[in-house]
Amino acid sequence: MFLQHLADGILSGAIVSLGAIGLSFTMKILRFANFSHSELLTWGAYSALIFASFFNAFGGVFGQTIGPFSFGLSLVIAMVGSCIMVSAIALVLHRYIFDKLSRTTAQMTMVFASFGVALILRHLVVLIWGSNPIYYSNDLQFAILLPGGIRVMPDQVFLLGLTIVTVVSLHLFMTRTRTGIAMRGVSESPELARVSGVNVDAIINWVWIIGASGAALGGVLYGMTVQLRPELGFSLILPLFAAAILGGAGSLYGAVLGGMVVGLSENLSVMIIPTTYKPAVPFLLILAILYFRPEGIFGEQKR
Amino acid sequence: MMIGLISYLVFFLIVSLIFSISVLGLNMQWGFTGLFNAGVAGFVAIGGYTMAILTGPSREVVFGGFELPFIIGLIGAMVMAGLGALIVGLLTLKLNHEYLAVATFGIAVTIQLVCLNWEYLTGGTLGLISIPNPSRDYVEGALAQNALFLAIVLVLGGLVFIGLERIVKSPWGRMLKAIREDETAAASLGKNPVRIRLEAFVLGCMLMGLSGALYVSFIGYVSPWDFLPILTFQAWTMLIVGGSANNRGAILGALVVWGIWTFSGFLISRVVPSDIQAQGGAIQAILIGLVLVATLLSRPRGLIGEELNVSRHARS
Amino acid sequence: MSNFVLEARSVVAGYVPDLPILHGVSVHVSVGEIVTIIGPNGAGKSTLIKAIAGLLNISDGEVLLDGKSITNIPAHKLAAEGVGYVPQTGNVFATLSIHENLVMGGAPLPKELATKQIEKIYSLYPVLKERMHEKAGVLSGGQRQILAVARALLTQPRLILLDEPTAGLSPLAANELFAHIRDLVTNGSTVLMVEQNAKAALRISDRGYVMAEGQNRIDGAAHALLKDEEIGEIFLGKRRKSYKANQEKETT
Repeated sequence: MFLQHLADGILSGAIVSLGAIGLSFTMKILRFANFSHSELLTWGAYSALIFASFFNAFGGVFGQTIGPFSFGLSLVIAMVGSCIMVSAIALVLHRYIFDKLSRTTAQMTMVFASFGVALILRHLVVLIWGSNPIYYSNDLQFAILLPGGIRVMPDQVFLLGLTIVTVVSLHLFMTRTRTGIAMRGVSESPELARVSGVNVDAIINWVWIIGASGAALGGVLYGMTVQLRPELGFSLILPLFAAAILGGAGSLYGAVLGGMVVGLSENLSVMIIPTTYKPAVPFLLILAILYFRPEGIFGEQKR
Repeated sequence: MMIGLISYLVFFLIVSLIFSISVLGLNMQWGFTGLFNAGVAGFVAIGGYTMAILTGPSREVVFGGFELPFIIGLIGAMVMAGLGALIVGLLTLKLNHEYLAVATFGIAVTIQLVCLNWEYLTGGTLGLISIPNPSRDYVEGALAQNALFLAIVLVLGGLVFIGLERIVKSPWGRMLKAIREDETAAASLGKNPVRIRLEAFVLGCMLMGLSGALYVSFIGYVSPWDFLPILTFQAWTMLIVGGSANNRGAILGALVVWGIWTFSGFLISRVVPSDIQAQGGAIQAILIGLVLVATLLSRPRGLIGEELNVSRHARS
Repeated sequence: MSNFVLEARSVVAGYVPDLPILHGVSVHVSVGEIVTIIGPNGAGKSTLIKAIAGLLNISDGEVLLDGKSITNIPAHKLAAEGVGYVPQTGNVFATLSIHENLVMGGAPLPKELATKQIEKIYSLYPVLKERMHEKAGVLSGGQRQILAVARALLTQPRLILLDEPTAGLSPLAANELFAHIRDLVTNGSTVLMVEQNAKAALRISDRGYVMAEGQNRIDGAAHALLKDEEIGEIFLGKRRKSYKANQEKETT
């Protein structure tokens, strides 16, 4: 039983990690807690639905499932489309709302605004798709039996694989490319980056694109392995914040590690507390971290 | 027709004034002390459930049902909300703004989880029913009862307002303002900023508890669905639209925003075909979200406001 | 009109819009000069440098680079125009490696040119090459300053702005840095710096400005400022010496 919970924890941790990356960076660079980031996951899942339905309509190779997975080429293409669409949403929100507010008003105004944005995004989904849960595919999947008695769906294996590929790619991007290094520099000190000749505004746009894409992927993977519903993102707000805070704002590795810790602790906790209280676990984690080490594991000590 | 309109107006005033008590509490926390409480719904819930437990009739499978008088219920609600605030405050008040927002949000979610699941205490998803409404004891007929309840709310609300205005002008209140502007300077004067912030936080939450108690007493039943995060959002919108650090603005904001909310709900129910009424709720929420964001973009001070004196440059 | 690399004319600027710190300050630097700005705390010296570097809004007056106006041009564009700036604090990316710090410095350049420049910097500063993959945060104060200056030098700037480059350094490290700054000029750069270590800075400078309360006070050739009695008393520590001498006179 323990091993099964461990496996489940890793899988749900992967989704949280992907979503937390963007949250962590925008928290550090724009210095506000973005309560609407979780809605990017919701929109990621539902955007993929649009694209997938579109491609499915062509039938043929698009509609066929690939191997043991529940999805076909159409969903794979849809993932790319979803990243683009959610990035576009994030950039629009940044340009017309968050960027404007960050220049002219106090920090907390941005947090208020993010509540409003979250509300709008979430209810737009209800408006367009309704409140009932939906699925990418109605096909049944057969679980694979792994050593130790662990049961996983093939889709879940895909989830883990995609997450690993994404995180490794991001790591390479942030350490080997000039833009990636610039992102890390801006994250530490926008002013020093500016005088070094970095166009900080352009870099911030890249941060949004990467964060939004991570969120989009997380949303699609959640939709694929669990379900699509309007509260998808909202139900992940606390886990996402817990991961970002635990890992320390502005750290890629922190967000990933934080996500894993959140996923594992949520799933392992059901061995001790009733399942219905599972959603409170990330919150308790947040309280604990903020009490003992407010800057997170990888965060910088406040001077 | 006239009776219908008056009846509706009375109902509207009751709910918006009950709301305004919460907003006044929130104003104490944010407007006067600079504390970002994103868990308003949780403290209102504590007040509401305490009221239900203290004043409700005895029930078999559920704790409570002490059938205590209305006033005791109100006081009990405020005490429990205050206690909850004390515990939360001790754990979280040293956090900076963003983290405090996340932590208080989490608390409200947790409180709602408890309300949903701890059936012995809260009745679980079914909630608690038959909560007595004091106006029923004194007059007959729905309109008269509501009018009496409105009078009760007006009196209580008025007391709260006067009390808060007094507090704000008192030495304690001036200290509060000093802490909001510059904590280090205030601390150097020998006062304990952490303790004063805690006191403000607890006071604000007690008012939220009062609000919750009044609400459940008016409606007659309580369930976890009455205290969803959207409640927190509504309170904040009321505060922002009315202008922070301003008690009058808090009340005005409550009336205006509740007005927009109910009016839009009414319009939508007329305009939208009945088979997609659920979407009507979504339209309403989107509308309110747009109102909030638009207000923030154009006038972050709200309708009647005090300038946010602490500039971003002053923030370390 | 000017073989001035930099000319600031009557600059009015501050951190907050309605509260200027500089009330019409003017300085100029000619090609190949080292110019130092000194003055008491709060004089606005750092503010002036930041305003020139494009980090603060200049509400009145102008700044010219080689005769062309650069007033209120965004800081990152100035770096591309040939202005290098080394802030007083937070002047290296502590969480990035030494190599990555230099990569940041090469941001305005095309990639191949940046790589070439980094190699040049490594040959000038072998100590940086030795530790190129270590995080900048583990460096000593003196080494950090070297990295901070090296980062600014990557684009081979015409004008180098230094804000208290020797702050917090041991006298030995400070002297090394000053010698190094003198070498910068021989490589074709022009230097404008702010320094508290006024005596040592003026010794390697051509000219100096004294600022106080957001305005110019005195300026002139560096060696003349060094000899000036009044300045000597206020800024260069000569007062203590003469006070002591007077004391000894009285007691004998």
